[in-house]
Amino acid sequence: MRRYIASRLAIAAAMVLLATLIIFLIANAVPGDPVLTQLGDIAANNPAIVAAYRHKWGFDLPMWQRYWLFLRGLAHGDLGISISSQRPVIEDIAQYAPATVELSTAAFLLSLVFGLPLGVIAAMKRDSWIDHLARAVSLTGVSAPTFWLAFIMLAVFYGWLGWAPGPGQIGADQFPPPEVTGFMLIDAPLAGQWDTFRDALGHLVLPSIVLAAATMGLITRTTRAAMLEALSQDYIRVARAKGLRRRAIMLGHALPNALLPVVTLGGLAYAQLLTGTVLTETIFSWPGLGRYTFQSAVILDFPAIMGITLVVAVVYVIVNLIVDLSYALLDPRVMRR
Amino acid sequence: MTLPASGAALTDAEVTALAADVTGAATRRRWLRRYLLPAMGGAVILAWLLAAALAPMIAPYAPDTVNVAGRLAEPSLAHWLGTDELGRDVLTRIIYGARTSLTVGFTVVLIGGAAGTLVGAVAAYAGGWAEEILMRATDLMFCFPPIILAMAIAAALGIGTRNTVIAMLVVWWPKFARLARSLVVGQRSLEYVAAARTIGFPPTHILFRQILPNAVGPLVVLITLDLGNAILVFAGLSFLGLGVVPPMPEWGSMVSEGRELVAQWWVATFPGVAILTVVIGFNFVGDGLRDWLDPYARRR
Repeated sequence: MRRYIASRLAIAAAMVLLATLIIFLIANAVPGDPVLTQLGDIAANNPAIVAAYRHKWGFDLPMWQRYWLFLRGLAHGDLGISISSQRPVIEDIAQYAPATVELSTAAFLLSLVFGLPLGVIAAMKRDSWIDHLARAVSLTGVSAPTFWLAFIMLAVFYGWLGWAPGPGQIGADQFPPPEVTGFMLIDAPLAGQWDTFRDALGHLVLPSIVLAAATMGLITRTTRAAMLEALSQDYIRVARAKGLRRRAIMLGHALPNALLPVVTLGGLAYAQLLTGTVLTETIFSWPGLGRYTFQSAVILDFPAIMGITLVVAVVYVIVNLIVDLSYALLDPRVMRR
Repeated sequence: MTLPASGAALTDAEVTALAADVTGAATRRRWLRRYLLPAMGGAVILAWLLAAALAPMIAPYAPDTVNVAGRLAEPSLAHWLGTDELGRDVLTRIIYGARTSLTVGFTVVLIGGAAGTLVGAVAAYAGGWAEEILMRATDLMFCFPPIILAMAIAAALGIGTRNTVIAMLVVWWPKFARLARSLVVGQRSLEYVAAARTIGFPPTHILFRQILPNAVGPLVVLITLDLGNAILVFAGLSFLGLGVVPPMPEWGSMVSEGRELVAQWWVATFPGVAILTVVIGFNFVGDGLRDWLDPYARRR
């Protein structure tokens, strides 16, 4: 087991390193010039300013040297300095990450809480109205454009009915709590600001529903298919022949076996949620990594883009590792192999 | 038919009728899943393809005619789906927008699918270090979330439909490479491949004329399901301002133009409905194709 983990970690580290190289090459091979995007028109026409600027950010060094500098910094936990915010990228990421983690965790929990039971029930009552309903809901969730769903939700529940608060992480009338962990839902109770906590919770509802829609659809579909597959196995027939109750067969025999593919998908879905919040965050003015990514990409802030990509690749790799290890827990055969 | 009161034995005729009832219902359900939904999806796709092809003939107005006096008009007989901030007819722009979305969707998925299939198939057939290198490169691409990578590339290349398509292509091929590899690996040790080798066919012939035609089913399913996906991603990039250049009509950027107009809900709502219908259409067709190609699913 330890060797298994060690070899997986080594592969993962190699992947992350290669990923930085790829991003570095893309960032440098493309025709867009960050200097001209960053400097105004007037400054960009002054060769002295442009040269000084290039020198300051190391754009005048050969490419391999810049990559080497980046890697050396990386070894010291330094992701470089964002061109636009003039702050270390790692600080930017640390500042924006908690909001994204909060949002995507809420969305993930929502999609599990609704998606799993819906998938199980759809498989148990196959071809019933609830199966068709589950199919329709998951299909719409998977097919609806996130940004459009966000608009509809905001228009109906904020603009028209006034049930939900508007965009943002907390209302304009709330003071953000003193920063301890960076997580709004942890810092607010720590500071005793329960009003802020309730307000933040309310602001979380719409964006997490929007973000959860696609994931929930996927989880429902996968759970249903996996349950049907498990139900067609011989051990289910044996359990039936033994006279076990339907409930015991479903929850005790079929579901544990059906969970394997769901765990794989769930892990990937969580990684996708963590990294796929660009559209949702942009629309809901959510101060998270997604919006930061978008803003950095538009102004070609390469240190920021590379830093985010690295973080994202690490998240992906770690989540995959966790999925593999939980697989071993759920299915003892994996370990023996 | 209804069951007789409990206790009464069933007559032969009743048993037959009951059986017919049960199988009849099952057949109807299977028919629904196998034919009706894919047919509906196909009809929706066909309608959009026709609308895109015949846009100048069926659109009631020109897509870029600005009419400031009639801006933000509610849906009416003159403008079925209302007008936008510049007084342009929303229905007309949706019809023209179908051209952009469908063209981009097909381009990305067909070229990306072909490239990925080529990589995966060659890797699987060649085996050894070539397979190792190609498939590790494919794995590497999976470390990046597509939308972030596409965003970075699209931003770096500059805004425009062509550049966005290039950015999407860069992130699109890996899943096809994985699928194609697993399909070819499943075929390469079969007897007909050995036979073809014995006959002396060159490797390219064996791979492209013998193996791939046998593995094409799952690839077609993935392509169909992926078309909706590509349209969604492109609309998302356009929504962020990284897709088309205004005033080109495109569904994602139309939603973006209307996103602040909550009272004038029609500006953003209808282009989104257009995206939804196309994507659902492709999903129905793809699901249908998968059921049809998978004998195991067909029996169920």
